[in-house]
Amino acid sequence: MADRPVVLRGARVVDPAGELDAVLDLRLADARIAAVGEDLAESGDRVVDVGGLVAAPGFCDMHVHFREPGLEYKETVGSGAAAAVAGGFTAVACMANTDPVNDSPSVTAHIRQLAEQAGLAHVHPIAATTQGMNGERISEFGALKEAGAVAVSDDGLPVGNPAVMRKALEYSRLHDLPVIEHCETLELTGDGAMREGAYAAWIGLPGIPAASEFIAVERNIALAEISGARLHIAHLSTERSAAAVRRAKAAGMRVTAEVTPHHLVLTEEAVGDYDTAAKMKPPLAADADRDALLTAIADGTADAIATDHAPHHEDEKKLCFQSAPFGIVGLETAVQLVLDRLVASGAISLARAIRLLSPGPRRILGLPGGDLRPGSPADITLLDLEATGTINPESFRSRGRSTPFAGLSLKGQVAATWVGGREVYSRNAGR
Amino acid sequence: MRHLLGIRGLTPEEALGILDEAPRYQDVADQPVPRVPVLVGRTVTHLFMEPSTRTQASFQLAAKRLSAEPLSFVPKSSSLSKGETFLDTARTLASMAPDIVVVRSAESGAPHVLAREIPTAQVINAGDGISEHPTQALLDAFTIRKHLGRIAGVRVTIIGDLLHSRVFRSNARLLTMLGAEVRCCGPPTLVPPGLDRLGVRSLLHPEEALEGAEAVMVLRIQHERMHASFIPTEREYYREFGLTGERLARTDNAIVLHPGPLNRGVEISSEVADGPRSVILDQVRNGVAVRMAVLAEIARSSPRSHRTDG
Repeated sequence: MADRPVVLRGARVVDPAGELDAVLDLRLADARIAAVGEDLAESGDRVVDVGGLVAAPGFCDMHVHFREPGLEYKETVGSGAAAAVAGGFTAVACMANTDPVNDSPSVTAHIRQLAEQAGLAHVHPIAATTQGMNGERISEFGALKEAGAVAVSDDGLPVGNPAVMRKALEYSRLHDLPVIEHCETLELTGDGAMREGAYAAWIGLPGIPAASEFIAVERNIALAEISGARLHIAHLSTERSAAAVRRAKAAGMRVTAEVTPHHLVLTEEAVGDYDTAAKMKPPLAADADRDALLTAIADGTADAIATDHAPHHEDEKKLCFQSAPFGIVGLETAVQLVLDRLVASGAISLARAIRLLSPGPRRILGLPGGDLRPGSPADITLLDLEATGTINPESFRSRGRSTPFAGLSLKGQVAATWVGGREVYSRNAGR
Repeated sequence: MRHLLGIRGLTPEEALGILDEAPRYQDVADQPVPRVPVLVGRTVTHLFMEPSTRTQASFQLAAKRLSAEPLSFVPKSSSLSKGETFLDTARTLASMAPDIVVVRSAESGAPHVLAREIPTAQVINAGDGISEHPTQALLDAFTIRKHLGRIAGVRVTIIGDLLHSRVFRSNARLLTMLGAEVRCCGPPTLVPPGLDRLGVRSLLHPEEALEGAEAVMVLRIQHERMHASFIPTEREYYREFGLTGERLARTDNAIVLHPGPLNRGVEISSEVADGPRSVILDQVRNGVAVRMAVLAEIARSSPRSHRTDG
């Protein structure tokens, strides 16, 4: 199906490696970038004027929960993919904690099929590390990879038994699959609902100690070291976890890490008056942790910004704080937060932000793209750095509405999202 | 005062206002007919999601003495999780358009949810999770002031399970807000980090925490704390933290408070509980009067108050 070639005219092309920042045309043909340069339009091309916008390689959110199969009342692959492109993400990787759990090639294939039907973002399934996510027996990594799984993870539930974790890491080498781990020590979390510390003591909520995370991070890094495997740490949230990842990288280990926008922007104080939109795992942390995470995204300790998009039904998030489920949505707020709170604030450069949102996660998962060179997929995120918008959950494509950022006015918006050489989202089109 | 969700959110003036009003209501108990027409025609719904005998009885008596229509709403625990029941209960209640809702819940923040879900009601927190128990703190402050003549500058020591105690949190807030000097002490497993934000000084050993105290507040130790290994045994707790005559002797002839019910021989010795410095039963008496003052104060800012012309 040969679409007419498209020329995106006059975009500010920002290369994530920081080597290129110039106003150029991008010519897209056969779902690939055909050329990058000046005055590329040929006769018969469709020309789209994108003057004033930044063109970045399509963003990739390597940590989302799309809830399908089984929990469609929270989110479907279709609604999740729509949220992804509206948020500027051309690709996502979805976690395995569906019902049934994605621990079989048929579930993996089913998710890919649903994504294809939606025809919006690329949806890459992450398979369960252990069968049934029960933490006991590792899954069929080989068959799962063949069916399309890009990583394994029991995200939402940590692999508690260190012997099982060691085996998963060792076995993953056979297929070079990254093992993504939600690092948490459940015994230390106990009935905790927010981060342990002054704010929890002040409003009277049971706390989750920072050690619940960093003990697991340090343990898993040690296990990755003895097994020589690739370990990816999901949603870093504490200063000490970031330090552990930095040390592992300095020692030459194949350890990578991601940070969420909410951990980079908020602290435990956001819980306010028992606001369930500030309840997630790992919990929002202290000022010192947030500062350490900002350093981690600036100095390369963190490889990716990922949202941990975890939609829940409105009724669930309306429960009292302790009963409400952990998790907030992130796909439709992440890029705006990054542009306003991280780039405009001067914490990181635009090129680094693009790196954390595109080639960073893509490299971990072995996905194509992440640059705007000829031959790369025509997956492009267009940004309007000057436009200001207000976060309005009512307008979300996601079925989840719970966000601590509702009502926030942010400078820097997603203008349009292109996947496979086609525009799948435009801010101006309204939908 | 629209609601009483916690001591957090209360101004010193509002708190002192309640303490100043309470003696009026204490006198009501001594009248031949112990009843005043303050809440005639108003419903006071007691929504108790967690079992409580004394707080519920105290609130019910307070409401009756103010001539309110008390309504008891004690949902049975069902197969649904506590939270789901609570939300549905709140909506059910909302349909009945109640005036004042007194709520007790095992969940921190439940009164805040209720106040949001029932926009027409006025909510009084009768204890929520490990967060607050504001009327207990008000009656404790009232009792301290009654016996010591003041609150500002009084040296108060709170001993026990600081981690799980809403009585501690509300008292720490109220007493420090009114100028008392609050020290606290408990097993290190039951002292959460970050207590300085509450304005209290946390000490490791009861001996130093009790030194020179003018009032000692003993917190109840729950049996389930032993199972979760916060403390080894009740006997060991008594040995390390129990308020005995010997420990009380370190204080400046302090009065002794306890929110009840007592675990004799665990957090307090019978000698102290029944001794001359114990004001524990007086706390219960004062509780009814303080809760009457709270109900009356809340009713004054009711959306209906202009009609009743009190």
